[in-house]
Amino acid sequence: MNFELSEEQIFIAEQVRGLLSDNSSFDRLRMLIDENAEWDERLWRQLAELGFLSAAIPEEYGGMGLTDLDLGVVSIEIGRANAAIPFFNAISFAASFILAADNDEVKQNWLPKIASGETVATVAIGEGSRGWRPTSPGVRFRSGKLNGRKWPVFDGGIADIAIVLVACEEASALALVQLDQPGVERRKLEGFDQLRSAYELDFIDAKAELLACSATFDQIIDKAVIQLAFESVGAAEACIHMAKDYAMDRSIFGRPLASYQAIKHRLADILVQTEFARSSAYYAAWAVSGAPEELSSAAASCQLTALSAFESAARENLQVHGGIGYTFEANCHFYYRRERMNAALLGPRSYWADKIISQLASPKVAKV
Amino acid sequence: MDFQDTPEEAKFRAQVRAWLAAFAPAHEMPVREKISDEEQVSRGLAWQREVHKAGFAGIMLPRELGGRGGTILEALVYDEEEQHYNLPKGAYVGIAQGMALPVIGRHGEQHQIERFAASTLSGELVWCQLFSEPAAGSDLAAVRTRAVRDGDNWIVNGQKVWSSWAQFADWGILIARTDPDLPKHKGLTFFVLDMKSPGVEVRPIRQLSGASDFNEVFLSDVVVPDVCRIGAKGEGWACCMTVLMGERLNESHHGKVKEFFDYIRRSAPDGSSLQDGQVRMSLAEAYAEEHAERFFQARLRTLISRGENPGALPSMLKLAYANRLQKTAGFAMEIAGYGALAIGSDDAGASAIWEDYIWSSALRIAGGADEVLRNQIAERVLGMPGEMRADKGVPFKDL
Repeated sequence: MNFELSEEQIFIAEQVRGLLSDNSSFDRLRMLIDENAEWDERLWRQLAELGFLSAAIPEEYGGMGLTDLDLGVVSIEIGRANAAIPFFNAISFAASFILAADNDEVKQNWLPKIASGETVATVAIGEGSRGWRPTSPGVRFRSGKLNGRKWPVFDGGIADIAIVLVACEEASALALVQLDQPGVERRKLEGFDQLRSAYELDFIDAKAELLACSATFDQIIDKAVIQLAFESVGAAEACIHMAKDYAMDRSIFGRPLASYQAIKHRLADILVQTEFARSSAYYAAWAVSGAPEELSSAAASCQLTALSAFESAARENLQVHGGIGYTFEANCHFYYRRERMNAALLGPRSYWADKIISQLASPKVAKV
Repeated sequence: MDFQDTPEEAKFRAQVRAWLAAFAPAHEMPVREKISDEEQVSRGLAWQREVHKAGFAGIMLPRELGGRGGTILEALVYDEEEQHYNLPKGAYVGIAQGMALPVIGRHGEQHQIERFAASTLSGELVWCQLFSEPAAGSDLAAVRTRAVRDGDNWIVNGQKVWSSWAQFADWGILIARTDPDLPKHKGLTFFVLDMKSPGVEVRPIRQLSGASDFNEVFLSDVVVPDVCRIGAKGEGWACCMTVLMGERLNESHHGKVKEFFDYIRRSAPDGSSLQDGQVRMSLAEAYAEEHAERFFQARLRTLISRGENPGALPSMLKLAYANRLQKTAGFAMEIAGYGALAIGSDDAGASAIWEDYIWSSALRIAGGADEVLRNQIAERVLGMPGEMRADKGVPFKDL
């Protein structure tokens, strides 16, 4: 057994972290929000140049063919920086659907472009109040044409293609749609997370092709949620350190704020949650290939743990800052908003809890 | 990263598994029937003798101490396999193996190692811990028990408390004050104490659980030969730290949430309680934390196997486990409702849940109270300021 990151993985983490701290400062995030920017395109190109967008794409499709854990190491850093890029949607999520396609032409066509950063892909599953994953989608596919509305679609303004959950002959299916066509209308929405643009997409006889996958929809979501959990872990770590640094500098009633147990104990508890979440995400990422029969419950476990950690970290970081934490000039709000995004993007906690309950209820409990 | 065994680990696992299959079943504890404390101790020692005979005692202890000189990962493999059997592995064996041996091994002299290592490893000796006192719990360095030098001996006077299994112990590991003129951490010295010495009086404490495995130990003019001093005079605090770090690394049990889940399911056979969203969420979150803790522990063990110092990270294990045990066992009782308040004829297993719920209250205090552990994590992992200490640098006698 060896349950820590390898030297190569630590090297990847340091490289990405260095790139992000040089190029995705909090001031830059503030500037992007002020300019109402769609995304941090410069950063995306830099990541592409260094090959990080291609990390998890197999070599035969122009990628580096790294493991889910290697990708997780990158995700942690993206989460830590709260970078304004569609890394999760494009690389951790949309690319997985295409990779699972049982049509090699589709893979040949899109994966190399995603790996190089030339094409930005996104995922359009949710339909507003009908839910993150409607059982009978309102968007319908018939004879190569899509009709209906998806919202919110994150990164919908910059994406070139989208994987869309559709209804097709009374069943759910996935379709791949190129967004630059007359049949697609995009309307920018006011999004809660100011660093992830939200769109409404209307499909009016939009050309699309069905995407038949070798993996189930659930399996792809399970794999994706692990990366989302890694991002939450990185973000939670950022919050803990931000809170600690502030508390160390701030003096109150004649001593450092950080010397009060009310603050120390709170941060200690959040650190425990975060270290646990990191460990759980390591295992889930390992289980993708190491123990696929446990993927579902391992993914659910790491998502629940990571969400709890990030939730406490984002809220208590702001609380520790006091009044200044409520301002746009402080850096707490980036995480305070992003946390709710991660909490809702791939379904509510109850969706993941159900997976764990079914495992506990099954006569045979998986053992490592 | 690989959670699977290396070829060497797999080989070791197969060896352990085959041996356990042959020897463990005869030593398993009865599940329902209650057995006396004496009987538990004697079964514990019998199993330890068996383990020692097979060469699996003290897996991580150096060969010079009679151990196997193996790796922490081998110890982990052994523990995992042993946990498949319900063996007598209480503190009556754990204190000897996990506390007395490491401290003697690290701080003791050759003659002490020769005197105690083999006999402790082989299950001949029961050890107890003589640390806490009525006025020294979390603030352990405040112990008042005095040891005064008298020729080749020390004369010890004082009162110890929470000494598990002391009524059966042959020897105790003792921390006592030898120099009250020094600040409190500096004036302490570590000893091993023959529990049969005149002046040692053990009084069992009746506990919340109804059991009496904890004791008060009164020490009145007890003569301790200087050859029983472990480490130099004044080195007592360092010895205590060796003992306490060992304690925290062992603290974690997995599979509890599944037990609570099964209990809730049995207690409402129509399955109604498990349809409730809040019940599902609470259990799923407890399971997710337990699952995560296991892999956090795996990371710690990897770290230690690479020769790195885990610092205060192991504190996280007990802090999380004790709180989760209390919360989840309490929750299971609440959901089972009336069925958890008395053991009826169709008992679904309430007594086991009672035991967990009651024990969790002790576990949140023993081996570092929650509050002490949170301080350690904040200070040693996050680098936050230490507590203000009114007694810092002050000679103990002036406190």
